[in-house]
Amino acid sequence: MSVTKRRLRQAAAVALVAITALGAAAACGEAKPEAGAKPDKLIVDTFGEFGYEDLVKQYETANNVKIELRKTGDLGDYRNKLVRYLATGKGAGDVVALEEGIINEFKLNQANWVDLAQYAPAGKSGEYLSWKWDLGTTGDGKVIGYPTDVGSLAACYRRDLFQAAGMPFERDAVSASWPTWDKFIEVGLQYKGKTGKAMVDSLASVSNAVLFQQPGDLFYDKDDNLYNPAVKPADRKPTDLIAANSPAVKAAWDTAVKIHNAGIEAKTATWSAEWSAGFKQGTFAVTMCPSWMLGIVKGNSGDANAGKWDVAAVPGGSGNWGGSWLAVPTQSKYPTEAAKLADFLTNATSQVAAFKKSGPLPTNKTALASPDFTGYTNAYFNNAPTGKVFGESVKNIQPVHLGPRHGSVKEKAFESALNALMAGQLTADQAWAKFLNDVPSQGAF
Amino acid sequence: MSLSATTAPPPAVSPEQAPRKPRPTHRLARFDLRASPYLYIAPFFVIFGIFGLYPIIRTVWMSLHNWNLIAPDRRSFVGLQNYVDLLSDDYFWNAVRNTVGIFLLATIPQLLLALFLANTLNRGLRWRTFFRMAILVPNVTSVAAVGIVFGTLFQRDFGVINWVLSLVGVDAIDWRNTTWGSWTAISVMVDWRWTGYNALIFLAAMQAIPRDLYESAALDGASRWRQLWSITLPMIRPTFIFVVIISTIGGLQLFTEPLIFSGDSLGGNLRQFQTVAMYMFEKGIETTTTAGYGAAVAGMLFLMIIVASVLNFLLIRKSVR
Repeated sequence: MSVTKRRLRQAAAVALVAITALGAAAACGEAKPEAGAKPDKLIVDTFGEFGYEDLVKQYETANNVKIELRKTGDLGDYRNKLVRYLATGKGAGDVVALEEGIINEFKLNQANWVDLAQYAPAGKSGEYLSWKWDLGTTGDGKVIGYPTDVGSLAACYRRDLFQAAGMPFERDAVSASWPTWDKFIEVGLQYKGKTGKAMVDSLASVSNAVLFQQPGDLFYDKDDNLYNPAVKPADRKPTDLIAANSPAVKAAWDTAVKIHNAGIEAKTATWSAEWSAGFKQGTFAVTMCPSWMLGIVKGNSGDANAGKWDVAAVPGGSGNWGGSWLAVPTQSKYPTEAAKLADFLTNATSQVAAFKKSGPLPTNKTALASPDFTGYTNAYFNNAPTGKVFGESVKNIQPVHLGPRHGSVKEKAFESALNALMAGQLTADQAWAKFLNDVPSQGAF
Repeated sequence: MSLSATTAPPPAVSPEQAPRKPRPTHRLARFDLRASPYLYIAPFFVIFGIFGLYPIIRTVWMSLHNWNLIAPDRRSFVGLQNYVDLLSDDYFWNAVRNTVGIFLLATIPQLLLALFLANTLNRGLRWRTFFRMAILVPNVTSVAAVGIVFGTLFQRDFGVINWVLSLVGVDAIDWRNTTWGSWTAISVMVDWRWTGYNALIFLAAMQAIPRDLYESAALDGASRWRQLWSITLPMIRPTFIFVVIISTIGGLQLFTEPLIFSGDSLGGNLRQFQTVAMYMFEKGIETTTTAGYGAAVAGMLFLMIIVASVLNFLLIRKSVR
């Protein structure tokens, strides 16, 4: 072997080792910037439609900082990503949205979250609906999240389809036609009789509305028990579940079963591909609309259907479905800047702007009282006075205690049982048994 | 590091006094001879260690715990309890049944079709090279894209497939909410991706069969069908078994297609198409509190693949003899 060749081989070996070592060193040595350093970029993670696109641009210019808005469509996917970021200690945005069904689970490990109390401007806690602010805090007074929106509840309906069916189609007349769920079913049967089509999108849509119209516990009691605490663990039966005895859960279930028996649901499971396509195709004429759903209805229906949807009162009185907070993970390198951004996104002006953009209903009392909000009419929804409709109903919302894995029990036990009933895979009794069977595994924490 | 050897100071003694010592380059050469082979193969083992071995050990370790993914203070050692629970978990066995069922439904038609394609391409076709390359194209598309596109095709209300079926008078099939419907849809996705790939492997094996065998068979009056049955198939048997092994390993890990088809990890309202990998995902990632249980599912999946591979291996040994 010639000298040069040998040299070459040695050099290659050395380079190889050096590269391997370098790679290992790089993986370990990621320095944290010094406190107070100017961030290159802040990342905001949200799901669904928060209406932050314009606000973020506004903040970028005002504060000379770059912001990346990462949106995930589906809450389930979003939650999985967040879990991965927290489990691996990297990747989370500097500001992340936490929904009501998942915030309690994430609160279980407070070490993951920056206590916003140290950054909150004086008096911020008093600016919000007090129950909403409280749900974003921990028992010992740490502030995990600034309140963004609350769902509240209305019914979105297709005025053009109602009109074509020869039924009352003005929003006041529609609201008056379904004061209760029984009346709602009558309207549905009437619509079905005239058009041969189903009226409401899914059973889950209705059950979500009813779930919050009754007082009392849902899937957990006040102390986060899944089972009646009086029953010894060894003697537990499905009928001892809090969920099995909750009047609210029972009412939501029974209403859904009544609707199924009347056959007025379109069998499009909420969030499914059939459901999304159904908005454009007119598969159904009614869906339950928390305020944040307005942006989703609009997105799914497209510009071609502008003015066809309208907003009426929800049957059975006001309710709530969803609502979120903005939190700052401790893994953020710029907690001060992130908290400042979260404060900006949840202040009165921003909440009104987000509401106008995509529908999330303000929780800031100044925002709720501002004429800019109360006088707002939504052009896409046939100029429905959404500010007034949702603004009034928000006052009636009773805070409901949601357990640590509420979202999981609701989606994977309750709604999947309802979807099985809707698809004809199970009878009502079988579906109820399946629901109770799934609660313990989905609800355990 | 070995770099220092080249810059080592020369010996203090003057050359004429000293007994003849090996010069530094000699020592380096010896080091080179001994160490280099290990260095050359080191990158594989380093990378395998980091991305292969470590996760396996970590997963086994996790599976022995009650493991909370995001709250480190809520973890405790439970020994083999997760595995004990798993054996009496209906949803786990449901996932095993689904995985095996979908595997069979996907693989049997796939291999037959691949054989047919390979046999066709093995003849003197026009634009043979074009066709041979074209059948591999589905394999290079991303699984996620396949899942999304086929998920749309298999929609109940506005899907193309139901529309085509409606032309011949078939009622809309609820692909997602029926067991057979969902299994079929997923099998079609799997076959779309892998039929061409397997056909190419079969084709390669077929090309290695000496032409004169066919010629003499033809002289003896053997039909094409007879040639396939009596020459081609016996000659490609080892390849066939290789393809079966690869398909088994892939089939047992089936994940992305059903996940995207379902939209969540449940695989349908009644978990009618939840595979073992999806159940692992549900328990290990989605449910933050049961990551240890999810790891145990991963452990069982690992065992299942080993058992399947050993069975296949025994089959090969038998067939080679």
